[in-house]
Amino acid sequence: MTVKIKSLFPPGHVRTPSYLRGKVGEIERELGYFHNPEQLAYDLPAQKIKLYRVRFTMSEIWGEEVECASDTIDAEIYEHWIEKD
Amino acid sequence: MPHDHESHLSSSGHPYRKDQDKPLTYWQNMEISVREILIQKGIVSNLEIHQTIDDMDNRSPANGAKVVARAWTDQNYKKRLLENASDASKELGFDIGALKLIALENTETIHNVIVCTLCSCYPRNLLGLPPDWYKQRSYRSRIVKFPRKVLKEFGLHLSDDISIRVHDSTADMRYIVLPLRPKGTEKLSVEKLEALVTRDSMIGVGLPKSI
Repeated sequence: MTVKIKSLFPPGHVRTPSYLRGKVGEIERELGYFHNPEQLAYDLPAQKIKLYRVRFTMSEIWGEEVECASDTIDAEIYEHWIEKD
Repeated sequence: MPHDHESHLSSSGHPYRKDQDKPLTYWQNMEISVREILIQKGIVSNLEIHQTIDDMDNRSPANGAKVVARAWTDQNYKKRLLENASDASKELGFDIGALKLIALENTETIHNVIVCTLCSCYPRNLLGLPPDWYKQRSYRSRIVKFPRKVLKEFGLHLSDDISIRVHDSTADMRYIVLPLRPKGTEKLSVEKLEALVTRDSMIGVGLPKSI
């Protein structure tokens, strides 16, 4: 399934790397539910959120600066950062 | 003066480490205080603390090498490892705790490499403490953008028909690369195979030793 990572820049402890925000990738696998680190980091009650592994092509992330377009990056992204088509 | 400068060096040419003569820092005091309170209240014993430190320091890539060599020699184990690496490493006595482990299989056409761009997440239960370069910005920022260039710096030249998959440990997973078994090792014992598995081959910046 094709997904887009939200292009948000909130303050605080966020585990979605900036270089992937706004980028489009494919869900590689579902990983289950994990406590939201954005709350956990501040000792707040943390809800469990679905975590995915999303695969991006290098060309999607780096555009013309790409070293080899077919190489990929996989990263773990929480559901609240994902826009589904 | 040259003589003064030389006196700071050991016979092998390394600088001597200075004695720690300064007062304890705030956080050093905090650590000692918390530890002493825990011991006083009987929550942990001093012995348990030091045994745990010893256990943590004794974790090394030899653990990961056991997992890899087993996967090379036992197809059923390899299947279990690729399905659920946390359980498969636990089978061999290497518990990853609350975290989850994913094993990434290298093939003739796919090469995997791991990084944690946000901090320094690392499969410590299987590989011990991460090397300094793994924690440095130079590796973390460049391996996701120029993996082929960075791997060349490690001495690993991959041809263009091999796809590189970079895995960024951004959250609750930890990763270990299952490297390709070196050619000509069909008759080697599991112990001999373990000795071929390097730390770097399980991070993905190197290959196992060949025979």
